[in-house]
Amino acid sequence: MALKRKLAVINLSTGEIKVQEIPRELREKYLGGRGLDIYLLYNYLKPGVDPLGPENVCCISAGILGGTPASASARTHIMGKSPLTGYLGSTNMGGFFAPELRYAGFDHLVLLGASKKPVYLWINNGKIEIRDGSRLWGLDTFETQEAIRDELGDPEIKALAIGPAGEKLVRFANVVTGHKNAAGRTGMGALLGSKKVKAVAVRGTMGIDLAKPEEALKYDKEMCKRIAGTKFGQIMQRYGTAFIYGVTNSTGLVRVNNFQKNQLTESEAIECENMDEHSVGTSGCFGCQLHCRHRYVIKDDRWGGTFGEGPEYTSQGAFGAEVGCTDFAAILYGNHLVNKLGIDTLETGSLMGWAMELYERGIITKKDTGGLELKFGDADTMIKLVQQIANREGIGDILAEGYNGAMKRLPAEAAKYCIQVKGMSNLHSDERPTPALALNIATATRGSDHLRSRPAIDLYHLPEPVLRKIYNSPIPYDGPLSSSYTDYEGKPWQVVWHEMCYMAVDCLGVCKFHTVFLSPTMPAFDEFCEWLRLIPGIEMTPQKLWEVAERAYNLERLFNNREGATRQDDWLVDRYFDEPTPLGFDEVRGKTIDRKKLKAMIDEYYQFHGWDQKGRPKAETLKRLGIENEPSHAV
Amino acid sequence: MAKIVIIDQKACTGCRQCELVCSVKHTGTADPSRSRINVIKWEAEGFYLPMLCQQCLEPACAAVCPKGALSREKGSDRVVINRDLCIGCKMCVMACPFGAMGVDVKEARVIKCDQCDGDPTCVSFCEAGALKFVDAETANLAKKRAAGARFSQLMRNLV
Repeated sequence: MALKRKLAVINLSTGEIKVQEIPRELREKYLGGRGLDIYLLYNYLKPGVDPLGPENVCCISAGILGGTPASASARTHIMGKSPLTGYLGSTNMGGFFAPELRYAGFDHLVLLGASKKPVYLWINNGKIEIRDGSRLWGLDTFETQEAIRDELGDPEIKALAIGPAGEKLVRFANVVTGHKNAAGRTGMGALLGSKKVKAVAVRGTMGIDLAKPEEALKYDKEMCKRIAGTKFGQIMQRYGTAFIYGVTNSTGLVRVNNFQKNQLTESEAIECENMDEHSVGTSGCFGCQLHCRHRYVIKDDRWGGTFGEGPEYTSQGAFGAEVGCTDFAAILYGNHLVNKLGIDTLETGSLMGWAMELYERGIITKKDTGGLELKFGDADTMIKLVQQIANREGIGDILAEGYNGAMKRLPAEAAKYCIQVKGMSNLHSDERPTPALALNIATATRGSDHLRSRPAIDLYHLPEPVLRKIYNSPIPYDGPLSSSYTDYEGKPWQVVWHEMCYMAVDCLGVCKFHTVFLSPTMPAFDEFCEWLRLIPGIEMTPQKLWEVAERAYNLERLFNNREGATRQDDWLVDRYFDEPTPLGFDEVRGKTIDRKKLKAMIDEYYQFHGWDQKGRPKAETLKRLGIENEPSHAV
Repeated sequence: MAKIVIIDQKACTGCRQCELVCSVKHTGTADPSRSRINVIKWEAEGFYLPMLCQQCLEPACAAVCPKGALSREKGSDRVVINRDLCIGCKMCVMACPFGAMGVDVKEARVIKCDQCDGDPTCVSFCEAGALKFVDAETANLAKKRAAGARFSQLMRNLV
């Protein structure tokens, strides 16, 4: 039986560790990863607590397929109440941590309370130890992982760690494993920092039994060949997500100088081909054929010799377009720095762009910045700002608070220039010409983000029959679907479909690049169900799997509502409606989002979900999904 | 014809899928600790190297085996374990200079790469091409050609 992995509830205040089985019923309702995490969080967390106080709860998990022959089943999920937004904190990363956590005997960790002194958790073959972390405090994320391996004398240990930024409670501090894999969004690094947990180290040799090993291996090979053989797979293997930049920027879908333009002209210098000069090869997460990041050594006088991995498309935005910078080496160095110091690349880039626009408009001045000239396009300033944010120095200390916190210290007129939803900054994409993507960021449960519901394939002009094939399964849909990304019709269903798809992969612990995110021909619900049958031995129809995703998504919605979120939080900042896009293709130029049409899309989106017009799940919806009695405290 | 697994270190992306599928193939469980192949990594330098049995022509494991349980197999290029003779003393584990002889604690026996009896699972999964199963006789030819290509370019530049 493949479901032997356990749940450990670790009380950092008292040192008590409770290890328990995960009931089969919960497995069937939530599978694992993000799905079971939201169940645990909703049950363990009291509403209204301070996200940086000891009452907050941190869930760390692997997906139900983690570390098995399901392609790219490498993802780790971390959840809690977000120190950045005050709503749902939820973040996900690849690497090698989750498989090792499973080999060490666990699927889910729930961290309660807070330690008085720095600690780290050591999890090894069914045993959990809270160890002194004083010597690790102050180290960067890379040094921390190495120091733990040295201390415990095993170079094969995998660890996730927070950097100095997490210790200093930067509200968008991330959690890093390896040199690049970062659970970046919503400040889970600050949550661990507030609990004085510097790292979690895992090592295990407890094999995972498979329901049908031979068939699973055969199916895995079939999937690998298919995934690696797609056009998308081929280019990912070569350049990683950095390939996207050339396409979106030339179309005019990239935020430049915060939000002043939608295209960075003359920016060939930061397109993916420039990686060739610095790359020493690519690198893959556990069991993945797409190896979508480069290993690089920067060839540049300023930061020469610096090793890093990446950069993602989002870092080209964070250290490139958003801050108007076309210095590729600076992007590579910025990417290295955020991973090392432990801050989210997306939030950092976005807030830097915001600060630069405020400076340009005279809303903040040298007096506020400690003499730093926050000019767009200046690489040195940008790098300095990254360091100041991570170390909470100068203006960096204000930005380290994120949008909500920074607004307590900045002039009121600064608010309208920040591109955020629910207090979390957007990535560098400009959604003014793309209503589907605008609806995605407006409604996502963790705030403005592409990885929760973005119908990215909406940008591909797919023919209607292709769209119909994808979006008509596993739940029948006969409403409108449009091949044009500038349309409003049919988009709400696409957003709902992707929400469910991404929730499903997050429960399985599989990477989003292995599903219908950036490629329409990747595996989805049918294939997921086959994996579930072959690996943990759970027989489930695609419709049932959709229901699992819906259940978990509704709990996330309930969580936010319980913390005070309302329909008003599913909305964009005014700039989306009032400032037309100045650049790009004819069809994207001069675009704004239409308030009325967005409102209508949200109405429709709520209807699909079975939520009322205030965005609250209806009683009948909760009953249908069997969550009308949550929190039920089953574990 | 004898075939060998050769490693193209530069092509390895460090994903460890070879370890995973090796363990599933041989043990029916997902358990890299029981894999016959391991990717050794120097993470901070970005250097990855898959390590597995080199199927030595003069195997140290066979030389130290007190029961003659390890030997080169006729007609192939591999060193095989005769389970009937093996007493599990683990001298071979000690002697192998590559760490290719392992111990499977769960099955209480020594383990090594058996090339999956002619169709190595690790190779068939390695989309990056870091592992290849090739004829022993011409195994070095591709590398020779690559080196030759570099040299020929230099020569051409001279002319």
